[in-house]
Amino acid sequence: MAEQQIKGYQTGTFVVGNRLLDPEQRSTQARTERSNTLTSGHRACQGCGEALGARYTLDAAMRATDGNLVACNATGCLEVFSTPYPESSWQLPWVHSLFGNAPAVAAGVAAALKAKGREDIRVVGQAGDGGTVDIGFGCLSGMFERNDDVLFVCYDNEGYMNTGVQRSGATPPAARTANTKPVGPEPGNVFGQGKNVPMIAMAHEIPYVATATVAEPRDLERKVERAMELRGARYIHVFVPCPLGWGAASKDTIRLARLVKETGVFPVFAAEDGEVTEVSKIRRHVPVTEYLKLQRRYAHLFKPEVNTEVIERLQAGADRNIRRFDLLATDEGADFPGEATDQAGELHDESGTPPAPDADSNTTMLLKETHGNPR
Amino acid sequence: MLEQLEGSQAVARTIGMCRPEVIAAYPISPQTHIVEKLSDLVRTGELDPCEYLMVESEFGAMSACIGASAAGARAYTATASQGLLFMAEALYNASGLGLPIVMTLANRAIGAPINIWNDHSDAMSQRDSGWIQLFAETNQGACDVHIQAFRLAEQLSLPVMVCMDGFILTHAFEQIDVPDQERVDSFLPAFEPQQMLDPADPMTIGAMVGPEAFTEVKYLMHAKQLQALDQIPPIAAEFKEAFGRDSGGLVRGYRTEDAETIVVALGSVLGTIEDVVDELREQGVKIGALAIRCFRPWPIDEVREALKGADRVVVIEKAFAVGAGGIVGQNVRLALSFRQSNIFDVVAGLGGRPVTRRSLGALFEDIFEGRIEPNRLHFLDLKTDVIEREFSRLEKGQKPGPNAENILRDIGTVASGSH
Amino acid sequence: MEKPFAITLDVGSSLANKTGSWRTERAVYTDRLPPCNHGCPAGENIQQWLYDAEEGGEGYERAWRQIMLDNPFPAIMGRVCYHPCETACNRAELDEAVGINSVERFLGDEGIGQGWTVEAPPGRTGKRVLIVGAGPSGLSAAYFLARMGHEVTIREAGPMAGGMMRFGIPKYRLPRDVLDAEVQRILDLGVELELDSKVEDVVEAGRDGEFDATFLAIGAQVGKRAYIPAGSAAHMLDAVSMLHDMETGEKPLLGRRVAIYGGGNTAMDAARTARRLGAEEAVVVYRRTREQMPAHETEVEEAEEEGVMMRWLSTIKQAGDGRLVLEKMELDESGFPQPTGEFDELESDALVLALGQECDLSLVEAADDIEVEDGVVAVGPDMMTGRPGVFAGGDMVPAERSVTIAIGHGKKAARNIDGYLRGEPFVHPPVPEIATFETLNPWYYADAPRTHRPKLDAVRRQDSFDEVVVGFDESNALFEARRCMSCGNCFSCDNCFGVCPDNAVLKLDDPNERYRIDLDFCKGCGICVAECPSGAIQMFPEQI
Repeated sequence: MAEQQIKGYQTGTFVVGNRLLDPEQRSTQARTERSNTLTSGHRACQGCGEALGARYTLDAAMRATDGNLVACNATGCLEVFSTPYPESSWQLPWVHSLFGNAPAVAAGVAAALKAKGREDIRVVGQAGDGGTVDIGFGCLSGMFERNDDVLFVCYDNEGYMNTGVQRSGATPPAARTANTKPVGPEPGNVFGQGKNVPMIAMAHEIPYVATATVAEPRDLERKVERAMELRGARYIHVFVPCPLGWGAASKDTIRLARLVKETGVFPVFAAEDGEVTEVSKIRRHVPVTEYLKLQRRYAHLFKPEVNTEVIERLQAGADRNIRRFDLLATDEGADFPGEATDQAGELHDESGTPPAPDADSNTTMLLKETHGNPR
Repeated sequence: MLEQLEGSQAVARTIGMCRPEVIAAYPISPQTHIVEKLSDLVRTGELDPCEYLMVESEFGAMSACIGASAAGARAYTATASQGLLFMAEALYNASGLGLPIVMTLANRAIGAPINIWNDHSDAMSQRDSGWIQLFAETNQGACDVHIQAFRLAEQLSLPVMVCMDGFILTHAFEQIDVPDQERVDSFLPAFEPQQMLDPADPMTIGAMVGPEAFTEVKYLMHAKQLQALDQIPPIAAEFKEAFGRDSGGLVRGYRTEDAETIVVALGSVLGTIEDVVDELREQGVKIGALAIRCFRPWPIDEVREALKGADRVVVIEKAFAVGAGGIVGQNVRLALSFRQSNIFDVVAGLGGRPVTRRSLGALFEDIFEGRIEPNRLHFLDLKTDVIEREFSRLEKGQKPGPNAENILRDIGTVASGSH
Repeated sequence: MEKPFAITLDVGSSLANKTGSWRTERAVYTDRLPPCNHGCPAGENIQQWLYDAEEGGEGYERAWRQIMLDNPFPAIMGRVCYHPCETACNRAELDEAVGINSVERFLGDEGIGQGWTVEAPPGRTGKRVLIVGAGPSGLSAAYFLARMGHEVTIREAGPMAGGMMRFGIPKYRLPRDVLDAEVQRILDLGVELELDSKVEDVVEAGRDGEFDATFLAIGAQVGKRAYIPAGSAAHMLDAVSMLHDMETGEKPLLGRRVAIYGGGNTAMDAARTARRLGAEEAVVVYRRTREQMPAHETEVEEAEEEGVMMRWLSTIKQAGDGRLVLEKMELDESGFPQPTGEFDELESDALVLALGQECDLSLVEAADDIEVEDGVVAVGPDMMTGRPGVFAGGDMVPAERSVTIAIGHGKKAARNIDGYLRGEPFVHPPVPEIATFETLNPWYYADAPRTHRPKLDAVRRQDSFDEVVVGFDESNALFEARRCMSCGNCFSCDNCFGVCPDNAVLKLDDPNERYRIDLDFCKGCGICVAECPSGAIQMFPEQI
């Protein structure tokens, strides 16, 4: 799906909106008529990444489906902060059943709509990481293998925040949680555990799997739109920082989501039918410490003395991601919308000058279209 | 039209005529033949439109039904035993959300030890889940009750569990009058959901409710269950008028008019009990039977009315509350709490053990002869030699206290008269 | 549909829950002063006109009009300004400074090409102002005073308007059609220009009460002399006269080899002009190092490209027939050049002295109340001399000398003269804090290296007075405008609107108030502040 390249390049596509773009091409979040599917008055903590991720995702899905959308929510922060009787923050048909069954509920809704000939109404299932990678995993895998017509979204904040910040299967190594305290021989969460659900989803060979963060809403929106173009089981894993659970400043939510990608800790990519189709390259590569030091859950790695060994292991994990997904841009600035090569290309086009001799025009086109490197 | 059919096939075909729009099921004996047949009907297009979801678990099955029902579709599933327990959390959710799902429970024992045969432990374990529980005595009844179950569920917006004994009914071939589609259609109107997920009229279903309203929500659930007691009899009456058969309802008495002893039971065992009642009646014993067809909600007034003339009530039940006693018996006691009760709680048919006419005959004789005390728990056909051997082995390690001594005494009395 | 009690709720009902009560800090939209604006001697609102220009199309005229609020010479400035704005530009920390000057030139040329004009207000004040000197400062003051409704008369001693813009800057840097067009636009406002009309005495000029105020802007046009022992055959001339002659048509005869003494911009102009007049060798002799040269780097670079040679750390000890004696210098510990006693020779047919300029202040001699210090006229912060109603600016007052500064003086003087005439002294509005690089969130600015203006082929530059630096076409100008980071000022990127987890930022689509914090729901998380690319939002403690 083409994402309009903004001419000039004050901010490229990184900001939410851009007055220089055609209104139709602006991000959903830049539109005054966006659905605000999760509206004000919800009781999420200050700076909640999950509230943001949910609105980004569902607003994009609402736009893609012209408002014909139903959401099925697992138990968790998102459900609790949005629907305490007597007030709901949702502005779409929404159902909450249980912690571990959102994928199955969504599958049931999709089946009902199909039986009723209302396949124009689309279904989103959503859960936190606990509801996705742990307690809801059986239902999720079943939904995937049946290829039910459901987009399932995991808002991953890397732990059971609603119950008081306990470890989940998505909690990263070394992180402090209420039950992986920095005590004993291996402080924080242990290494070698946890599961990578995006990769597991890919192994189901479902039509679409993508990862995204709340730091790049346009990327997330585009992925939601792509998912909505497809039928069958689709999965988007959205990284949503939790200021409370991570011991981070509420203002740093987006910064953390940015850094998790720029360090390689969280690879941002998409895959179709089990094959990686695009990778968001790292734009300004930074060491993992830049990411870790903003979070008190990693404070024990820096105080009372720097735990070099553990930091190196975390860095090694990020480096593995970088190798596995080829996250580093080979030609700096050439692989990201709004960056040098694309702009230069546009300028050259406009002025009639041929593109730079080393530019492979097919590749350039693909880069523009997919926001990443073809594999 | 009468046909010689396996119970599961008959029930599946009847379900098909009820036009469920979504079926989600996971295989577990002895429910399998029902859902297999339904998958055939969906695949061949005989049941259309209908989506059949082969889910990954019973939890998934009930969850998919929750989603489907919330989206305004008539949803159905079937399970048994462990499967019911695996969906327990979702059962409470379905009833809490007031979703009119219909489920067949092919009653089966619960492990450990694992056992695939019939008893009522599964149904009884979920008696407080907020579901309406209807019990079928025959395969014809099972077919008929399912039709009424959809009607009841949708009328009240509450889920209904139709219990039929595993193997004894599900796998038995009998002559059955499978209802025709036209009559089912006229009895069972299209599903008009009381709430649904609809972009044209969006709402939030499944809110979090705190102390300020939780009691009221629960009270309303209770009230709605009690409403079912008012609605079940007219539905049964209407059914009888349309189909010509007396099935459904809350309770059914058999030769209770002047009975001094009434045997209370649920499900297929009523057939055997009625045979024994007939035999005893021939011998001049004033005995009758009472079938509980609706266990939840508990039809307390109807049970009281049915049992009011009997001096003695014998409750034959296929499950019990371990460490407490009879479950149905306790409910019967509730109905008869106005008087000195003379109620015998007899656990029978656990894990598929046959409840024979001979055993029942012997049991009633023991009761008439005063060899069994009322208001205590008794076990039909208990193999006392096994128990005694096991107890004596245990005794070497640990001495039983006075309460355990009581049960040992029971074994002696009950066991001595039964074989 | 009637909903079951409590478990089923109406959509959007949480709007009843005003989460604003959680807040301990609130976000407030606050504009900071962009460093470019801060650095502009003419006080242009550069960030604003780049914002307008970014839109392209109709935005260009808005941008041009925005410049014209502070500077009447966009096309001239886009060529000759040494653009301190670019030196201050925060974007240099990211990749390269925005090519502000190039965009200004593009807009200025658009203004001329499209014939955009400005108008004086219909209502006149009836006050009359005399301006002495039609250089950048005088013309600037005339322009602003005319736009304020005053009657302005400029008396210029020379035959043409423009001052140093015409007589000091060679036309390969500033084509005369551009200069003429922008001067004419000022005259079209009704400013009266009297050429060849030298004011000899400021006291005399003010005597008959014809004028309510006077602005002196005579510039510094007398080339400084240095004592150099010279033989009778030595051909010496000063750079100011040489450049002046270029304009009046008397092309100076310089010979094959020309030496230029001095290291300022005028020295570069003289050397480059000499090359164009046919000198095979043009050698700049300067007593310090290249790094210490006051000439701007671009001027030095362009001179070198054109074959101008440099002799650093050298002084001229003697000028003779066809040759100069140079003494090598070395820097002492404090960086001052000191003679070494080592000598060298340089062949030279002519020596051009470019050692700076002085003012001819004879016109203020009769005014006792006008104070002269170090060869320039003393003025107060309001640009007024010691004589009431007489103001002064440009090169004749103590300041760095540049066209842009002169224009700024003209604007500042005009505002103060206006205040003086109205009897309400001009008060400068408070200056907000500067938007430093640290106040930005530079992540959001896409990598976009600067587009440099192409230059005329070096070979052609040796014998032609064609303009050296070629202007931007529209796409380049637009690209460059859009590189602006809008430091400290909202540029409608919608980030705050998008990143609020509580939808507590309202987008108003109103140019005067683009966004508003919805205090009913703002929990004070601070994400909008952290993620504002341009640092235009700040957190303040909530008052209890």
